Amino acid sequence: MTEQVIHLIDKDGKRTDGRNIDELRDIKITVGMIKNADGSAFIEFGKNKIIVAVYGPREVHPKHMAQPDRCVLRCRYHMSPFSTDTRKNPAPSRREVEISKVIREALEPAIILEDYPRAAIDIFVEVLQADGGSRCAGITAASVALADAGINMRDMVSACAAGKVADRIVLDVNDIEDKEGCADMPVAYLPNLEQVTLLQLDGILTKEEFNECLDTAIKGCKMVYEIQKQALIQKYFGNEITSDVKETAQ
Amino acid sequence: MSLSKKATIILEHLRKQQMLDLLNKGKRLDGRSLDEPRPLEIEIDIIKKADGSAKVKLGNSEVIAGVKVETGEPFEGLEHKGALIVTAEVLPTASPYIEPGPPDEETIELARVVDRGIRESEMLDLEKLVLVPGKIVYTIFVDCSIINADGNLFDATSYAVVSALCSSKLPVFDIQDGDKVIDTKQKQPAPITTIPISLTFAKIGNNVILDPTSEEEACMNSRITITTNSNGEYTAIQKGQTGSFTVEEIKNISEIARIKGETIRGKLKELIESGI
Repeated sequence: MTEQVIHLIDKDGKRTDGRNIDELRDIKITVGMIKNADGSAFIEFGKNKIIVAVYGPREVHPKHMAQPDRCVLRCRYHMSPFSTDTRKNPAPSRREVEISKVIREALEPAIILEDYPRAAIDIFVEVLQADGGSRCAGITAASVALADAGINMRDMVSACAAGKVADRIVLDVNDIEDKEGCADMPVAYLPNLEQVTLLQLDGILTKEEFNECLDTAIKGCKMVYEIQKQALIQKYFGNEITSDVKETAQ
Repeated sequence: MSLSKKATIILEHLRKQQMLDLLNKGKRLDGRSLDEPRPLEIEIDIIKKADGSAKVKLGNSEVIAGVKVETGEPFEGLEHKGALIVTAEVLPTASPYIEPGPPDEETIELARVVDRGIRESEMLDLEKLVLVPGKIVYTIFVDCSIINADGNLFDATSYAVVSALCSSKLPVFDIQDGDKVIDTKQKQPAPITTIPISLTFAKIGNNVILDPTSEEEACMNSRITITTNSNGEYTAIQKGQTGSFTVEEIKNISEIARIKGETIRGKLKELIESGI
């Protein structure tokens, strides 16, 4: 245990990658880099490299899956065989099936499905390089890709994890912290509607730690939201407006 | 077929209205209060060929869990721990809507959430289940069969796993010549450290209810499953379905899960002990 404490958070409160406990990893989002897709985003979230393509609204195949009053939302989360330390079998694992489901359920509350009856929207999340927190990075990028595709939405979906590492609650758990730490709690949040759309936990937290962890994750989601907005502004209004926005902000 | 399906949907709409009206008055279709679970029944050791087994009835949801012990290699990265594998299958006996075949998304989620609740609480002291460190360990399978489905399979399955493990008698293996596994024909209790209790809540409109039936599940916007350990700490959470929760709601629900979890833990222990 003492070994772990020294290892994961040092005397100055710095983490293995030099971050403070309330600091996000570097996040970079590029919008619209897949030309064939209706919307797309590439996110670098720490060492995660994830590409998301959105196709739709389009015709549903097979046709019997179509809903008369709303759109069908489908999502596939997939890890490339070269994305992990040991090669990952390309066939979808049970973990990927579950994550596909929770990502879809995290995004669905934000999308106005009633606007596209009898149609389908497909979201493909491909993890090219995995670090901890790939589901949160995937949701964050998927939300940007949906906006890029011009899908009617109630809000953006911003996602970020918090966790417990060496007895401290930390923001945005990375790979080593996820494996060696005590708890990991991924959260997805609608920042304007103030709704939690994804919540998972594995690891042990007391009541107080749980509440702190949840608040920390929400704070992280709000930080992620600002980065998502900037990425979309960059794509649609270019550098000129971005700098204007920055000036107004100052 | 298509007619009966249509008839079901109309009934659901009418029932949903009735359910919502009742919920707003703090009542439920089956007369329970919002935070009241259905009656729990447990039968222990019903499968003699298994190393531990239990049948759990939570209302009309019925699950059988069986423990089987083998030896094998440890998981990668967990060389000094025994292996624990929890699976779940919704049998075609369970409802008219289930068809045999490979598990669908929901069943995979069910199995993984139950597994996570047991694993993350560290219910079994897996470090005690090692024969040759890094090479040969006990592999504990807990396989669950849902034989009748009437909502909240998460909790029913989790209670079945806990009951089967608590009452199990694991074989004692011995090692000879460095790597030969010998069954000594002796038995040992499983190394239990804590009793994880899973509680599932459904949100229908703005009401949050504990232990939903399948009728209630058909109307829910979102679902949340919270597992606590014997110390009242949270060990696993899973939000499900396409609705959402506010932070305030989550904090309230997690507090109820802690308090109610304690009551159910007591009841579960009592039922298991009276069964042994």
